[in-house]
Amino acid sequence: MRVNRAHLRDLLIGDRQADRVVPPTGFTARLTVFAAGAMAFLAVFALALSLAAGRLADRWGSELAQTATLRIVAPTEQRAAQTDAALRVLEATPGVVTANAMSDAEQIALLAPWFGTNLPLDTLPVPRLIELITDDRFDARGLSLRLAAEVPGAVLDDHTRWRAPLISAAARLRVLGWCVALLIVAAVAAMVTLAANTALAANAQVIAVLRLVGATDSYIANAFVRRFTLRALAGAAGGTFAGLVAVTLLPTGSATAPGLLTGLGFAGAGWLVPICVPVVAGLVALVATDLAARRALERLS
Amino acid sequence: MIELENVAYSYGGGELLSDISVKLAPGSFHFLTGPSGAGKTTLLKLCYGALLPTAGQVRLFEAEVRSMGRADIALVRRRIGVVHQDVQFLDHLPVADNIALPLTVAGRSDEAAGGDMADLIGWVGLEARAAGLPPELSGGERQRAALARAVIMSPEVVLADEPTGNIDWEMSQRLLTLLVELNKMGKTVLVATHDLGLIRAAKAQVQARVLRIANRRVQLAGADL
Repeated sequence: MRVNRAHLRDLLIGDRQADRVVPPTGFTARLTVFAAGAMAFLAVFALALSLAAGRLADRWGSELAQTATLRIVAPTEQRAAQTDAALRVLEATPGVVTANAMSDAEQIALLAPWFGTNLPLDTLPVPRLIELITDDRFDARGLSLRLAAEVPGAVLDDHTRWRAPLISAAARLRVLGWCVALLIVAAVAAMVTLAANTALAANAQVIAVLRLVGATDSYIANAFVRRFTLRALAGAAGGTFAGLVAVTLLPTGSATAPGLLTGLGFAGAGWLVPICVPVVAGLVALVATDLAARRALERLS
Repeated sequence: MIELENVAYSYGGGELLSDISVKLAPGSFHFLTGPSGAGKTTLLKLCYGALLPTAGQVRLFEAEVRSMGRADIALVRRRIGVVHQDVQFLDHLPVADNIALPLTVAGRSDEAAGGDMADLIGWVGLEARAAGLPPELSGGERQRAALARAVIMSPEVVLADEPTGNIDWEMSQRLLTLLVELNKMGKTVLVATHDLGLIRAAKAQVQARVLRIANRRVQLAGADL
């Protein structure tokens, strides 16, 4: 396929007279526009899902990657001593930037959603929590072994156990979103190819007349390619606009409770991605129709 | 201009034309005659590159047709006007636009608005029909519209395949007059027909040679025509 600059200019600008040589096909045209619009609408949602999953994975990764929690599970009378011992170990541990033992008030605030604010923390065997901020030198396994020897009641949780599968799930969801978008692109190509083949077959007489009067294959192909490209472009633009409106109308999550379903949408430069949908649909239609037209013209020659 | 040398054409396992040598010199007028199915249409199609010979050489304006790409053949067709018996038009376009179609595909559609176009439509007597659609035309009008379409690019050669096959005698004479006028303007004309009356009428007006296809070969017809 030869899509050089002149070819593209001919396709995009076209010739009003040349456009008229292909008979208008009302129903087929409307179907092509509708199908392109529906595909673009779905593509916007697939992309929104993919980008939202990506953001979620990044957030989980970045927010929790540099933190760990140490639980001091000890009888009430030993809890303070073991907490001090653990803090001394942490001070001497490479990679621990800060270690902050949570106060009773902070722990009550943490448990308030489940137990209310009047929790008698001193009478309950609630473990003391130490919040760690770490850097790249942090060795969780080494610290666990040292704590096991020096502070028997300390249990280190570097969040890996529950963070890894969530990040993995979010990453797969992101890949799935892109796969769906690619499938939609393939479906657009198939749909446009079918529509173009139907139009070319139905217009065999038109092609014969055009050839008789000296039309080149490029001229004939361009007349069909331009028509289907513009239809796909128009349909996809409408579908993308509708998809963006629908995504905008989805409920949004708050900053304190972000979630995948409530965070579905676009952010920042991500808004540029759905804008590419009509362009991609137009390019796919251009290539698909061009290939279909050249095959059909070869067959009809 | 158009030259066939030892040309053969086979179709479906059988040889339809064999050892054909014909030369259409500039400004000549030829009739091609023979019984139905003799291969007149096939020979005409060989003359404008719609078919490729299975043997021999076809030269269109000095270029051997087998060495030409489809784009080259399309460009050559702009120098050859063709009229078929069962004329095909773009039925969704007005007659005038159909006549101007060769200009449109050549990227010269602006020329279709000039006085030459009006003169051409007047020459074939279709002024009243120019704005109508092709399905509204009678058989004779379709042939005249096809002739106007064939000559709008001022081609050097006009090929007509049974142009009077579907029209009455009066209309045939009118069409013949137009073809003779074209020849007098210097155009090379080849008309395939089995209508001997048309040939006799033409020979009274123009110096025409008659080629007859018989037994897959072409020969010059005798003086009885």
